[in-house]
Amino acid sequence: MSLNRRNFLASTAALASASMLPRVALAADTIKLGSILDTSGIFDAYGKPMDMAMRLAVDEINAAGGLLGKQVEVTAYDTQSDMALYSQYGQQLTRQDQVDVVHGGILSASREAIRQTMRKTKTPYFYNVLYEGGVCDRNIFINGVTPAQQVEALVPYAMSKSGKKVYILAADYNYGQITARWIQKFVADNGGETVGVDFFPLDVSDFGSTIAKIQSAGPDLVIAPLVGGAHLSFFRQWAAAGMKDRIPLASTTLGVGNEHKVLTPEEGNGIMVAYNYSQELDTPANNAFKEKWAAAYGDSNLIHEIAVSNYQGVLTWAEAVRQAGSLDRDAVIAALETGLSIEGPAGKVTVDPKTHHAVLDVHIMEFANQGMKVIETLPQRQPIDTQAVCDLAANPGDNTQYEIQI
Amino acid sequence: MQGSLSNDAIKIILITGFLIWVMPLMISTYTLTILIVYGMLGLSLGLIWGFGGILCFGQAAFFGLGAYTYAIAAINVGESTAPMILAVLVPAGFAALLGAMMFYGRLNDVYLGVITLVVTLILFKFINSTAGPQYVIGNARLGGFNGIPGFQTLNIPGSPEAYIWGDSYFYVCAVLLAVVFFLVSALLRSSFGRIAVGIRENETRMSLMGYDVRARKTALFAVGAAIAGLAGALFANWAEILTPSLFSLGQSAEIIIWCIVGGLGTRMGPVLGAAGLAYLKFLLGQQSAVDNTLITGLILVLFVLFLPKGVVPAVAGLWKVSFGRRPLGRTHHQRRPRNRERVSG
Amino acid sequence: MDLSVVILVEMLYAVASLILISSGLAVVFGMMKVINLAHGEFMMMGGYATITAVNLGINIFLAMLVIAPLVVGLIGLAVERLVIRHLYGRLVDTMLATWGLSLFFIGLATMIFGNTTTGISTPIPGFAIGNYQINGYNFFIIVVAILLLVAMLVILKNTRAGLIARGTMQRSDMAAALGYSPDRIYMATFFCGSALSGLAGAVLAPLVGLVPTSGGAYIAKAFITVIAGGPSLIAGLFSSAGFFGIVNQVFTFAISPVIGEVALLIAAVVLLRLLPQGITGKFFKGKL
Repeated sequence: MSLNRRNFLASTAALASASMLPRVALAADTIKLGSILDTSGIFDAYGKPMDMAMRLAVDEINAAGGLLGKQVEVTAYDTQSDMALYSQYGQQLTRQDQVDVVHGGILSASREAIRQTMRKTKTPYFYNVLYEGGVCDRNIFINGVTPAQQVEALVPYAMSKSGKKVYILAADYNYGQITARWIQKFVADNGGETVGVDFFPLDVSDFGSTIAKIQSAGPDLVIAPLVGGAHLSFFRQWAAAGMKDRIPLASTTLGVGNEHKVLTPEEGNGIMVAYNYSQELDTPANNAFKEKWAAAYGDSNLIHEIAVSNYQGVLTWAEAVRQAGSLDRDAVIAALETGLSIEGPAGKVTVDPKTHHAVLDVHIMEFANQGMKVIETLPQRQPIDTQAVCDLAANPGDNTQYEIQI
Repeated sequence: MQGSLSNDAIKIILITGFLIWVMPLMISTYTLTILIVYGMLGLSLGLIWGFGGILCFGQAAFFGLGAYTYAIAAINVGESTAPMILAVLVPAGFAALLGAMMFYGRLNDVYLGVITLVVTLILFKFINSTAGPQYVIGNARLGGFNGIPGFQTLNIPGSPEAYIWGDSYFYVCAVLLAVVFFLVSALLRSSFGRIAVGIRENETRMSLMGYDVRARKTALFAVGAAIAGLAGALFANWAEILTPSLFSLGQSAEIIIWCIVGGLGTRMGPVLGAAGLAYLKFLLGQQSAVDNTLITGLILVLFVLFLPKGVVPAVAGLWKVSFGRRPLGRTHHQRRPRNRERVSG
Repeated sequence: MDLSVVILVEMLYAVASLILISSGLAVVFGMMKVINLAHGEFMMMGGYATITAVNLGINIFLAMLVIAPLVVGLIGLAVERLVIRHLYGRLVDTMLATWGLSLFFIGLATMIFGNTTTGISTPIPGFAIGNYQINGYNFFIIVVAILLLVAMLVILKNTRAGLIARGTMQRSDMAAALGYSPDRIYMATFFCGSALSGLAGAVLAPLVGLVPTSGGAYIAKAFITVIAGGPSLIAGLFSSAGFFGIVNQVFTFAISPVIGEVALLIAAVVLLRLLPQGITGKFFKGKL
């Protein structure tokens, strides 16, 4: 180690002058919205459109005169798909920037990394992503679909189109494990039988042996909540083996990151899914949304499920602030807990006061020519999985993520 | 390493005191804490690679192991003292076993690299596939890809309700880094440390001189892992959630980059390299013009090509050239020429 | 019965894909003792080159077998001239520099193509064995791997360039003394190695969803296969790919793909502990 008097003095001088620089310039008459998303790194396919959607929503709010007569200002951080940065920026947003609300987080791990910070600093937090369900915390609002909402709709439809014997291939993490259990439950409830369940870590990309295994089990239907780029290989290899026309496929995740636009029509057509949103949703609200998006960003191809969730999340928060007439956390939460609802591109979204999850429309869809064709819409589905374990009205101090026993 | 150990101690205390006073004026203590943790992690690899010549591609494995050990023990014990100690001992024990396997098998160079890399991959894959409810240690679910949230964080020994967090946690980490730095200095000044450097320079010669090269390398490897484990436990307390990405190759790569950029064969280099690059990464997150991975990669390539010795030795060299005349007597950082030889192949 | 045929094909496929994944790295390592950690990214770029070419309307086989190797070979050439050649003889430094390059290329690909998964579908239809359907493309990969090994063998044994290459491999100083410029030979080798990486990436592209970070999945396997193979180029490649491929598939079928991967890794640790110089450091000594 080398430090002598001369460079010690030099560095002291440098540090001293640096510390005299003004640290923050504050203007207090804006509302600060914090956003924390992976807009680079491996999850940016999810994060970038979410960021675009958030900015679109904020621009819209500001163009309409802002909230409480103030403009909304975005403070956004890119977590670079690194979970450690979530903790860091979460602290930054709440303690240094002192934002009024935080929207963001993509993976469940990223949500858990910042949820307690938001709770401790009393910053309302919106997590706008489809996830495994079970979070019970008065400070957080979640408007993505949960497994039960999807699976409850998807399984009976898919089984009616194929048969009773189901094989499940799930991503080996929290979401996949929980979703697989829900699928098993609803398969049994609909009089079917699960003939096999396999879990795959997110980096598995070779499914040749699995495809052989599935064939020896001989199911009527394969449900595949697989996640990410490596798992996309399954759908490709499945089609390449000529299995696509023999055993139908359904998924609760494929298409969330617009994967149906990557698969060719021959590989994708006919795969059954159930989500809150599809670009092919032919409603006035969605058409208007797509136009706005195209006007802002060129074309509307990038819009996906969780980008729309994020958009709806910002709108929900804005509506709550309007109704509360204040930015105070408890006033905003109280407004949300009135069962407030908004009309988003994907339909009506209602806050469930008991769980702080969302009651929303679930659309059963089929892939058709790189789009998601809406077959049937099930309006206003309740988040029954989280409702089974979480009641914030009775127990407002709750702060756990329940694992729902089925 | 000139001067005496007590001299070292005084310097470390003065510099630490000064930095603890000045740095929080510029950077939030929360961010500083993680820079300190990474600094300690950098130091752990800097010790075994820079002074022991052991290029470990899996230092992240010990970091992650320390962090996971802490979290699992903390959930089960509900108090942080024993878990902190375990978080140092478990990685050290693991490294001792792994090191014994490698060094007694006389594996070297690339082969060492492959084994450490493979072991890291195995741990990464294992931890990643533990999402199921059957993976439980005591009360702690391993959680797979989503990791472990919600464990007991650092408390004053004996009173689980008295949490150490925020600014005080920053001071704890800073003091711990100073202590570890001092211990590393003491180790390097001891005969053990000098023999380790001797082994790095010429393994055959040292073994012909009668030293048990294998045992000494194993021991040094374990010491490095212990420091990485401590850094892991501190990280766990800082982040309050652990995910398997701690074990990833990317994390290992970062540690190596810190050492290269900071300067191998110095104690300060890896610490500064780690803190500096981690802060750079933090700053880069606030812009989106250029992809951050690209910048990291470019930095590494440019350093290997143009500044293979790293920043600290280069700056020291520059200093020497610009202000060539050294004050007589207390020549603190006159570098030994031998030490500058790059550890290669 | 049908199932055992399917398993056999899957095993051959696993071995063949390991050979493909590792060959580029093996050529460069065997020849110049350079470990190219950007190898996975070279494969990734091969994949992107193929997909881009196919999207431009070029025949897929032409794109995979000609365009991708050429593009990646040229990138490799640039890398060799700009970076690697300054680092010959410094094994660890080349590893670090190429690690930096790998991050650089990931970043570059992200900026150009984005992180959205892309891909093309396989050009060969599925295939029935008794009651089982298998991926017809597996056979294509097996054939490519065999042709690749044969071509390498023929070139190294029966051509003048191969002779020079083998000579340089053994004693570069003697080759230089005989008037062959090691610099030029290294350059050519690196070009070939990169082209092979590009080929592997291209041929595997239709089977996977491609993202800029896809290379990471290959590099560890390729690295392990090459190091475990040991000093002989072709015998080493073949024996270690065979060993790891079979271990992987046996455990994959018996238990699960994860255990298959872990078994491969554990086998690598045990193998290197027992044979620290790799398989061909002990067996098939002096073979190619």
